[in-house]
Amino acid sequence: MENQPILRVEHVGKTYYKNRVLKDVSFTLNKGSILGLVGENGAGKSTLMNILFGMSVIAETGGYEGKIFVDGAEVLFLRPKDALSAGIGMVHQEFSLIPGFTVTENILLNRESLHHNITEEVFGERLATLDREDMKKRASLAIQKLNVDLDGETLISELPVGYKQFTEIAREISSSRTRILVLDEPTAVLTESEAEILLKSMRNLADAGIAIIFISHRLDEVLSICDKIVVLRDGEVVLDTKVGETSVRGMANAMVGRQTKRIEQTKAVKDENAKVLLEVNNLWVDMPGETVRDVSLRVMQGEIYGISGLAGQGKLGIANGIMGLMLAGGSVIFDGKPLQLNAPSESLAAGITAVSEDRRGVGLLLEESIEWNIIFSALQNQSGFLKPILGGLLHIRDEKRIEACAKQYVKDLEIRCTSEKQKVQELSGGNQQKVCLAKAFETNPKLLFVAEPTRGIDVGAKALVLDALRKYNRENGMTIIMISSELEELRSICDRIAITDRGSIAGVLPASAPSEDFGLLMMGKVDQVEVSA
Amino acid sequence: MINTIKNFIEDAGWPRILIALFLVFLFVAAPFVDVRLDASVSDTLIRFGMNGVMVLAMVPMIQSGCGLNFGLPLGIIAGLLGAVTSVQLEMHGLFGVFGAMAMATPLAIIFGWGYGLLLNRVKGDEMMIATYVGFSSVAIMCVMWLILPYDSPKMVWGYAGEGLRTTISVEEFWQNAIGDIASFRFGEFFYFPTGVFVFFFLCCGAIALFMRTKTGTAMATVGSNPEFAKANGVNINRMRTLSVIISTVLGAYGIIIYQQSFGFIQLYMGPFYMAFPAVAAVLIGGASVKKASIMNVIVGTILFQGILTMTPSVINSIIQTDMSEVIRIIVSNGMILYALTRVVRGRE
Repeated sequence: MENQPILRVEHVGKTYYKNRVLKDVSFTLNKGSILGLVGENGAGKSTLMNILFGMSVIAETGGYEGKIFVDGAEVLFLRPKDALSAGIGMVHQEFSLIPGFTVTENILLNRESLHHNITEEVFGERLATLDREDMKKRASLAIQKLNVDLDGETLISELPVGYKQFTEIAREISSSRTRILVLDEPTAVLTESEAEILLKSMRNLADAGIAIIFISHRLDEVLSICDKIVVLRDGEVVLDTKVGETSVRGMANAMVGRQTKRIEQTKAVKDENAKVLLEVNNLWVDMPGETVRDVSLRVMQGEIYGISGLAGQGKLGIANGIMGLMLAGGSVIFDGKPLQLNAPSESLAAGITAVSEDRRGVGLLLEESIEWNIIFSALQNQSGFLKPILGGLLHIRDEKRIEACAKQYVKDLEIRCTSEKQKVQELSGGNQQKVCLAKAFETNPKLLFVAEPTRGIDVGAKALVLDALRKYNRENGMTIIMISSELEELRSICDRIAITDRGSIAGVLPASAPSEDFGLLMMGKVDQVEVSA
Repeated sequence: MINTIKNFIEDAGWPRILIALFLVFLFVAAPFVDVRLDASVSDTLIRFGMNGVMVLAMVPMIQSGCGLNFGLPLGIIAGLLGAVTSVQLEMHGLFGVFGAMAMATPLAIIFGWGYGLLLNRVKGDEMMIATYVGFSSVAIMCVMWLILPYDSPKMVWGYAGEGLRTTISVEEFWQNAIGDIASFRFGEFFYFPTGVFVFFFLCCGAIALFMRTKTGTAMATVGSNPEFAKANGVNINRMRTLSVIISTVLGAYGIIIYQQSFGFIQLYMGPFYMAFPAVAAVLIGGASVKKASIMNVIVGTILFQGILTMTPSVINSIIQTDMSEVIRIIVSNGMILYALTRVVRGRE
């Protein structure tokens, strides 16, 4: 039985609304070993873990393909409770702890030791009282297994982030059944020393016989602790190897490199001696979850400039900061003139427009018509689409011109709708994105920010959106800064691509640079890449 | 045919249809209990004209996302100040009414500006804060009416010779000054105040036109999606303040029109509950906390004032006892209660 794997995943696949996110994923996990699961954002890691943990979203969207075996027996988890009783524990990225309870109470939540009493006989187990002494013992046992210094009586709200993480893990291992532990980016919120402690205690747990799936973006950690590494890319296993047989570079290459042929490069019109259109120096932006710490970049006139990087590394903050939507500081020089920050109308007046990554929240007026959405920015900032009435005393909206303009965009961008009067919330994601683009194009900007333009839209719309951007760049000389997590997409359209890491630019590479270099930059391995600015 | 009816019901909404049916029932029942139909219709129209502008005052603030203007008494106070000043200055007829409005306007703009700044600091809780702005401003004015240096014998307490009375008649100054323009009568009981209607619809037209300007478009967008507005260079706070000022000015005009129809200026606690009927009317008209149109104002005012006029007279006659005040309170507050349940639904 020694070589019998505790977890075996065979040919697992999953589609969400005809959109394939996992394909033929197979791997095994042995007792007492640590498996590193690595992949870009959107590679399918979360979906895989959702399947493994029986999250209801999987069953609700039509289940999954393939089979999962625990201890050689096939299992089918329909709800997380099933997975828990089969011995799978999971620690999520977001903490699920009760701040006002102590560490002990959190560790043993819903599994408390109980005293029996009369009311319990009458009203059932819910009225049993807690056996605090025993709870303390059980909790400290779990904490000991982790080998960390954590007081069971402390309130969660008073703990530093790292120790909250330990509490979560202790909760999972305190259940005597737990044999497989899934840690979803546990070190992301930890300081280096805390991370070290965590890695050590993971090793301890593994030696005690618990199998661990460790999801991380920090490739060094994965290499140092795991026995086995699985790399996912676009929902497929692209690398399944023992730890000694690969390197950071190898993993990075596997993560981002596509075997598929590159889309034919249609380069932007770029003058060799073009002037600098946008110069950003030491920009910081206080955007929750996408903090920009110190970004400096130079964008040339007529260029398509890409910005990529992992989620949370600040790529989205750059656009929001320059557009004045989030509190920002530093110096931005646009078209030779310093740009006032924190004033959206200043950026717009200077000729900068942005297509927001938050399409439904910031990008659109969902309850209004397509035409109103398209012309709004031009109306407000350039006083377009107005006609005088009462002898020029008052200017009101010129509905005829608005309609004509909207009709033109509906035709040009192939926006699928019943008419330009249709409410935007009734459109599909791709068509909503086209409306956002139309709104930006109508202001005729010198510089256009496009953030995550293809997120959540289908393939056809994707191609159309990219074509439209390319066309406006070529024919109107519009400089475009495109921010996307899809590196391959950026490489198909951009001239140069900057990669953000921890709030600053890790490096700028020409789009033709090898994909593993981009991967290394994303992982913060700047020293291993020759950066050409 | 069935589809058309279905669509109509969906567009109008069940509450409005039920209230309209009830109103029709009251009108049908009226002749059977010896309530004169022509007098009832006339009363309803007069009350519609009296209250319409104050209901219209709800629209700008709803459009800009400031919610329902529970602080309407603030605008009303500006109107009252304009009205008593015009009486103090012995201004008669149309000159008196429009003089009162002209004097109320700068006051309303100043009040509205301060009120707007306050509401910008309490985003999300506007309606509760607005209610207390209304209440506390009324309380402050209770003191002010006593100490402001008005001394016209038509308005001050007879025995003391100073301090304004609670009710001041405008009969000999400008009662029906606007209403009587091109007004007409049918028989003894039917009177139609054409001028008031013209004034109301001019106000509606002005607001409708304003909502189609650049600023008006921006204002509606601030209410619909503030993030979108900000991203497109709209100054959210400025739009909100502007909408509050317009609402307050309309409130001032509204109360002056009300007084010229009613014949009295009511001071002290008079404005205390004035916001609630206006709020109820615009909600019954189909507005939500975030969206309101001129049509909502017109429909809502007719329905609300119609019920308020008809219920006491018809029901009183049916049950043969004088319950009019009790019924009026039940109906009016019942409608506000209903309206507030709509507020909650609008938020979801």
